[in-house]
Amino acid sequence: MNDFKEKSFKLITYIAALASIMLLLGIIFSVFAEGIPLFKTIKIAEFLFGRDWYPTHGEAPQFGIWNLLIGSLLATFGALVIAVPLGLGSAIFISEIAGSRLREIAKPVIELLAAIPSVVYGLFGMAVLAPFVRTLFNVSTGLNLLSTSIILGLMVVPIIASMSEDALSTVPKQLREASLALGATPWETISKVVVPAARSGIVGSVLLGFGRAIGETMVVLMVAGGSAQIPRSIFDSLRPLTSTIAAEMGETVVGDLHYRSLFAIAILLFIITFVTNMFTEIVILKRGKA
Amino acid sequence: MTRRELKNKAGQGLLALMLLITAALLLIFLFSIFKRGLGVISWEFVTQPPRNGMTAGGIFPAIVGTFWLTLLSILIALPLGILCAVYLHSYGRPRWFMRAVKVAIDTLAGIPSIIYGLFGMALFVNMLGMDVSMLAGSLTLAVLALPLIINASEEAMRGVPKDFIEASIALGATQRQTILRVILPTALPNILTGAIISIGRVAGETAPIMFTAATFYSRRLPRSVTDEVMALPYHIFALMTEGSKGAQQVPSPTEALWCCFCWCWEFHRRQSSSAIGSGGPDNGKDSYLRTEAQPLVWRQPRITRYRSLSL
Repeated sequence: MNDFKEKSFKLITYIAALASIMLLLGIIFSVFAEGIPLFKTIKIAEFLFGRDWYPTHGEAPQFGIWNLLIGSLLATFGALVIAVPLGLGSAIFISEIAGSRLREIAKPVIELLAAIPSVVYGLFGMAVLAPFVRTLFNVSTGLNLLSTSIILGLMVVPIIASMSEDALSTVPKQLREASLALGATPWETISKVVVPAARSGIVGSVLLGFGRAIGETMVVLMVAGGSAQIPRSIFDSLRPLTSTIAAEMGETVVGDLHYRSLFAIAILLFIITFVTNMFTEIVILKRGKA
Repeated sequence: MTRRELKNKAGQGLLALMLLITAALLLIFLFSIFKRGLGVISWEFVTQPPRNGMTAGGIFPAIVGTFWLTLLSILIALPLGILCAVYLHSYGRPRWFMRAVKVAIDTLAGIPSIIYGLFGMALFVNMLGMDVSMLAGSLTLAVLALPLIINASEEAMRGVPKDFIEASIALGATQRQTILRVILPTALPNILTGAIISIGRVAGETAPIMFTAATFYSRRLPRSVTDEVMALPYHIFALMTEGSKGAQQVPSPTEALWCCFCWCWEFHRRQSSSAIGSGGPDNGKDSYLRTEAQPLVWRQPRITRYRSLSL
């Protein structure tokens, strides 16, 4: 009897563990199963590199996502351009220069940024930042690449800052002391000893930030403006992959080409984030071994 | 002043500037939200449904909707997640299977939320015929919360001192008894902290419920799990993008409410984690059993901890 209880409890935990694998496979399967049939009608190259995204055009709908892909990459790149200096700079300052009092305030406050739902960031972008950008630079719309990068960057800062700070704090104290004892200035110690020693953790944090930014939906949906073109300047609006899915899914008929093409975009997105995650994992693992 | 000293000063100044900019952005962000929002929050706002095409009234149905969505999804994800964590912590055989489970969990944690939404729509809404309903939305959110809960629970269990487990086994308890009577009760506070973090995340998600549960407007409260619901995050999004003039007034208070909500969670999280960190669930009563090397401190595994931040 006791043995039966023992075995059945063990079985239940195994089933729960199996469920997590099944869920992942279920997600992969459902997204691929809905998206792959698109390629019976549209060539993969045409889908990836086509410049025209007119999925609802009556006679000749076009399903080229090149502009959307570039939009996603530009927004993510812009976010990193803002978030890496801010996040990394803050992390280094907090961990290397600041006193413990400032550290105790600054770290929770930066992480607090992360507790706010993305739609609130989007709202801030739409209601406060976009009008500000529009009047400041006197451009036609504030919903553009610049605003998107700023807001996305603001969301990525806590990830980069807290993860880099952790990486920096694992650098042994002796390294710093040795460097200072050899006569290096604090800045030289930071830039030539501490940061290189924490390199893999910092790179990992940037990769994670990349994955975060490229998969973010609500912010780009609300702030990017949504025209499916490659922006010529930072004041042009754009349309990343994620916001295309979110904006257009409601208009589609289940099973038609448009619906399938949005799932095909999701496949691409899944592959991008999956590869980024693997990279992050590898970078972190390398640190663990070294 | 030599060049090196100058460089030293400039470098440190630059770092300080970065922190300053970050802090300034955060302050502007919070200030503008609270400035616009706090004035409008009133008793009526949180207890009344919207009126006059969303230009007046309150957000009561959205609060209720988010409450139910979050509650249901956590009720689904928590038992499953804890059991899975029990497997990872206490059984973990065969090894290839454990590896596969870990890879699956890490991958799940990294998937963008919009893909969860598509998955929920394809599977629950279309294939299983649930339509756009609270049930479909909760299930989707539960899948999203699962990796967070598993990782938090596993980490919590790993924080249970080995001595406890060995003592239990030495007293003749079986593995199941050890898990149910020793490991889980000791790890429970930390598991719940993990659950609270997940609640904060689940309640703020918009993309997964857009096509599975949320509706722009419903006068009545949801009566069953098959009803569409209003939800706070979707409400903010919808009001902002529908673009009617009067709507401008409503999202900001909704947003401010959100921030209060987040602050509460964050505050609570910090409190409970520091309480656990210092005293442990038994407030150090049995501290002679605990080795110095294994303090019961709340720590999530590295990468997943950062993934559970935001979005």
